[in-house]
Amino acid sequence: MKLTRRDTLRSVATATLAAALPMPFIARAEAASDIVLASLYDLSGINQEVGKGMFDTLSFAVDEINEGGGLLGRKIRVISYDMQGNLQLGSQYAQQAALKDRADVVHGGITSASREVIRPVLDKYKTLYFYDTPYEGGVCDRNIFCVACTPAQTVEKTIAYATKNWGKKGYTLAANYNYGQITADWVKKYARDNGGEVLGTEFFPFDVTNFGSTLAKIQAAQPDWIIAVLVGGTPLAFYRQFAAAGLNSKIHICSTTFGSSNEVSILAANEVEGIVVCYNYLEVIDNAKNRDFVTRFRAKFGANYPPLAELAMSSYQGIHLWAEGVRRAGTTERMKVIEALESGITLDMPSGKIYLDPATHHVTQDVHLAVYHDKMPKIIETFAQLPPSDTAAVCNLTKNPNDNQQYVIKVD
Amino acid sequence: MAYATVVGIEIVYAIATLVLVSLGLAIVFGMMRVINLAHGEFLVMGGYSATIAFHHGVNFWIAIIFVPPVAVGLIGLVIERTIIRFLYGRMWETMLACWGLSLFLVGLMTMIFGGDTEGVPMRVPGIRIGAYQTSGYELFVIAFSMLLVGAVWVLLRLTRLGLLARATMQNTAMAEALGTNTDSVYALTFALGAGLAGLAGGIIAPLSGIVPTSGGSYIGQAFITVLGGGASALTGVTSASLLFGVVGQIATFASNAVLGSVALLAAAVILIRVLPDGITGRYFQGNL
Repeated sequence: MKLTRRDTLRSVATATLAAALPMPFIARAEAASDIVLASLYDLSGINQEVGKGMFDTLSFAVDEINEGGGLLGRKIRVISYDMQGNLQLGSQYAQQAALKDRADVVHGGITSASREVIRPVLDKYKTLYFYDTPYEGGVCDRNIFCVACTPAQTVEKTIAYATKNWGKKGYTLAANYNYGQITADWVKKYARDNGGEVLGTEFFPFDVTNFGSTLAKIQAAQPDWIIAVLVGGTPLAFYRQFAAAGLNSKIHICSTTFGSSNEVSILAANEVEGIVVCYNYLEVIDNAKNRDFVTRFRAKFGANYPPLAELAMSSYQGIHLWAEGVRRAGTTERMKVIEALESGITLDMPSGKIYLDPATHHVTQDVHLAVYHDKMPKIIETFAQLPPSDTAAVCNLTKNPNDNQQYVIKVD
Repeated sequence: MAYATVVGIEIVYAIATLVLVSLGLAIVFGMMRVINLAHGEFLVMGGYSATIAFHHGVNFWIAIIFVPPVAVGLIGLVIERTIIRFLYGRMWETMLACWGLSLFLVGLMTMIFGGDTEGVPMRVPGIRIGAYQTSGYELFVIAFSMLLVGAVWVLLRLTRLGLLARATMQNTAMAEALGTNTDSVYALTFALGAGLAGLAGGIIAPLSGIVPTSGGSYIGQAFITVLGGGASALTGVTSASLLFGVVGQIATFASNAVLGSVALLAAAVILIRVLPDGITGRYFQGNL
């Protein structure tokens, strides 16, 4: 057979065409060689300060993994969405992450309100979801892993400390949405368990700035301590007005949220003095793993980066838990990863040892009770390996894998 | 008894804050008919100017009382000269322009200051009333608001500038025919309104933190108060603040902060239904 120029051209053209036709599939296969991680934090708006910290530690963890050769030999690619504190954007971006980006996992949602917007969307489109924020507990759903503290780990220890050291009478100030309301019920329960009582509970919208009437009511009730479950811009105004009225020398404050935003750097030392918190992570925790983490993190983000708080660490730990699940599964296929995550993973993290509980999809971890002195948290006591007993009491995904709801505590 | 005193102080304080927050808008909207949707951002700029001044070592009182009105007054002057003056008498266009301005200012402030909460540390000690402690700063805010209302009254009623301003707002053509430079009167009046908004922001800064978007929590209160007050700027704002402050605070004490704001809004709805022209549309007519 003689090869003419025309024949050659024709066959080359056909071959090119044949190669070009399935191009979209090739392109998709190439893109899929990266593992896609979608992050949904508020990077602007009322929770920006918190969201930025969480996103920075998330990126830091992903860089660690990628620099170490990636996951299953593939790189992790982060697609970041800014929810802007807007719930509607939460559901829209969750859909985009699931359908357009075909994310292998979604990390995100800061407030419990946003989690309850994102969760059903990702359930529907069968996309694995990690919620990395301390919250009110009780979420029972096989598609979600809640890898931060719940009230049985932190609120319980805080209230036990308050009733033992300050007195039996408490008063709750909480943000007016599911997190604040459910946490306020836990406060009531734990106060009662410790032989104390909550004299009053008040809820506040995100944008309230005047606490004058609340301060008068608190004084009329004469509690020994108050617990602040405040979120958004309100905490700063509250701590300041509380101190301005001279109450900080008479009534003790503990909080479930203090220090997670930039309150400590804005407030004066006397306004912060003596506030008690209980977290899984504080930057001052002294162990080799944490010293190493802080040194590396600060080398990258600078010495002036604000103190690292629990929420930022939860993101970091959430990424590593998920990565361990993928490693064990040997694939990013959702059900296989869930099963691998349910195989009883224990990791050594800057906050100490963390264990992912298969029955609840929550974590067993250390928590630290600390008091602020000279604007720095000082650890009073450390409680090792506390299980998420609030959620464990109502949720067992090993027995009921199809359970899908948030259990809410009932007090009177 | 002590409790009643504290509750009383809180009610008066709520009234004083409403007056403070609304006064600038009452001048700009009440007198000049400019629907200034950027009023909240003027407040926030006042707060930021106080914060910046304080952190540069300016005395606390100078930083919150003198710096904000001057800074925001000047910004107001620039805005009036570049945007507002082309739109007088065209209510919808001014409203749209001010809304755009508000979005622009929020974006600009976010670019400059970021979204972190800023604040000025409180320098006033608490005071004792019987078994209760209350904030000394609240008493200062109450006294200051009263003084401010007095000062604005004197300025508009007893000075030549005030006379010219009122004449210009009532009948621009006639004032101009009589030799008034109405252009500069408009500019000065707008700057005065902006300055008062800035001042309110400065006074509020030590109590509550400020972020670029804080304006949103004040603009609603300010418009409700000014609309509830009606045509007369000063009398209107004072009487509407009195009504809304008392209703809101009593509801807050009887229940909680959420129902307090609900009660305030309900009172506003009923008031506008009964008196569509506001309180001064029927009572205290012809007052300033």
